[in-house]
Amino acid sequence: MLNDKLLQLSPDDNIFVARCGIKAGDNLTIDGATIAVENSIPLGFKVAARDIEAGEKILKYGAPIGSAKQAIRAGEIVHLHNMQSDYLPTYDREKGRFVDEH
Amino acid sequence: MNIEAKTAWQGYLRADGRKGIRNVIVVAYMVECARHVASEIAAPWREQGVHVIGFPGCFPNGYAQKMLEKLTTHPNVGAVLLVSLGCESMDRKTLAQTVESSGRPVETLIIQRDGGTRSTIKAGREWIENTRRELENTPRATMTAKDLIIGTVCGGSDATSGLTANPAIGRAFDQFVADGAITIFEETGELIGCENIMASRAATPELADELVASVAKAAHYYTVLGHGSFAPGNAEGGLTTQEEKSMGAYAKSGASPIAGLIKPGDVPGKGGLFLLDVVPDGPVRFGFPNISDNQEIGELIACGSHVILFATGRGSVVGSAISPVIKVCANPETYRRMEDDMDVNAGRVLEGAATLDEVGQEIYDLVLSVADGQQTKSEELGHQEFIMVYKSFEPIGPSCLPV
Repeated sequence: MLNDKLLQLSPDDNIFVARCGIKAGDNLTIDGATIAVENSIPLGFKVAARDIEAGEKILKYGAPIGSAKQAIRAGEIVHLHNMQSDYLPTYDREKGRFVDEH
Repeated sequence: MNIEAKTAWQGYLRADGRKGIRNVIVVAYMVECARHVASEIAAPWREQGVHVIGFPGCFPNGYAQKMLEKLTTHPNVGAVLLVSLGCESMDRKTLAQTVESSGRPVETLIIQRDGGTRSTIKAGREWIENTRRELENTPRATMTAKDLIIGTVCGGSDATSGLTANPAIGRAFDQFVADGAITIFEETGELIGCENIMASRAATPELADELVASVAKAAHYYTVLGHGSFAPGNAEGGLTTQEEKSMGAYAKSGASPIAGLIKPGDVPGKGGLFLLDVVPDGPVRFGFPNISDNQEIGELIACGSHVILFATGRGSVVGSAISPVIKVCANPETYRRMEDDMDVNAGRVLEGAATLDEVGQEIYDLVLSVADGQQTKSEELGHQEFIMVYKSFEPIGPSCLPV
């Protein structure tokens, strides 16, 4: 457990998990730096633990769960818009297609 | 919640020596065309242990036949009424013989022979009334944790599932394995991405190869179908990829060595942790392996599960016919919204109000209380879902169950 807002699941991870809903404008303390949250982060969602380069593996539970589609800054939410599966594409109900299709 | 842990309780002794924790009368329809009649027969005792299962298809299917044979001779089942339309392909005769030789009361009604809907319902209800009296004399036997088979499934997963409910179930599983019980986890399609980590826990190198191959089969199956086991609600709940969902789901298995790989209807012969391969063998046929969670629950029960531990983050409400379902809610927000449906609030871990070990212990104790007759939330609410669709399997190979 990192602090009251974030959970670190494995020391190797480059993401943290939100322990509660975090509102836009709230401050997060990551690696001693204070970062203002741009977009709200719901409970259980992933937050970059450090700057991540495009193509880098996203590590959760110490295991790769996909790759960054673009550069991600520390404190940013990590989800469908900036990472993707290395196995199977993820389906979006609203768009009626897989999110990795363009 | 303060649950007094039971170490021994009275179960129902079956002629084959297996012991059950419920004494259910199953009404099984042999084809969808007989389902209404089956449901009407069972309706007066819906809350008194008369459950409806069945197979909708008219075409023959070896998987469905085996599933019904295993389900109707499950230790939680005391008696069986088969309801046939008459012209469907299901081999009702062999099924009835299987039930009869297991020592259970069994009757077959054939709607076309027995005078149609009204008279078949009447005959079925009379049979159930008589059989209920007969079941009052079912012999009892002492059961302990080592007599139990416990299955686990997750459904309506979100990002909290893999943080709280699944690892807590894993801890309860480890305790049951230490007791000598059988525990079963499943859904190889939801283990895509963690096959190598899982294989490192196999009892033998040959079994490790089988585990990896089962996940590769699932990945191929889902790739051909063009859709993984990943629902839109998973992403709305913060899960981004199949492999992320897999790592969370995998946590349900705990940390015990993996003793074997089984397929639907295979009942392990000794204690330990088993992986249930639910993805069909051979070319991709019949569509998605599991069209919804209850098919997997039915398969876990066909493998002998007395109790199902169901982890949910988004909030599933289902129960099952035959075996009680314990709902372990991963997400504290969901728990507050749907408390009536949830047996365990594992989301307390995220809020710092409990540890994973404490929730694991709570699940363990609750399983024993439910085995002793305590109703789960889904049982109280009358949930008795059951679904089965076409599949085909090859028998497991010799490496799957190392001695």
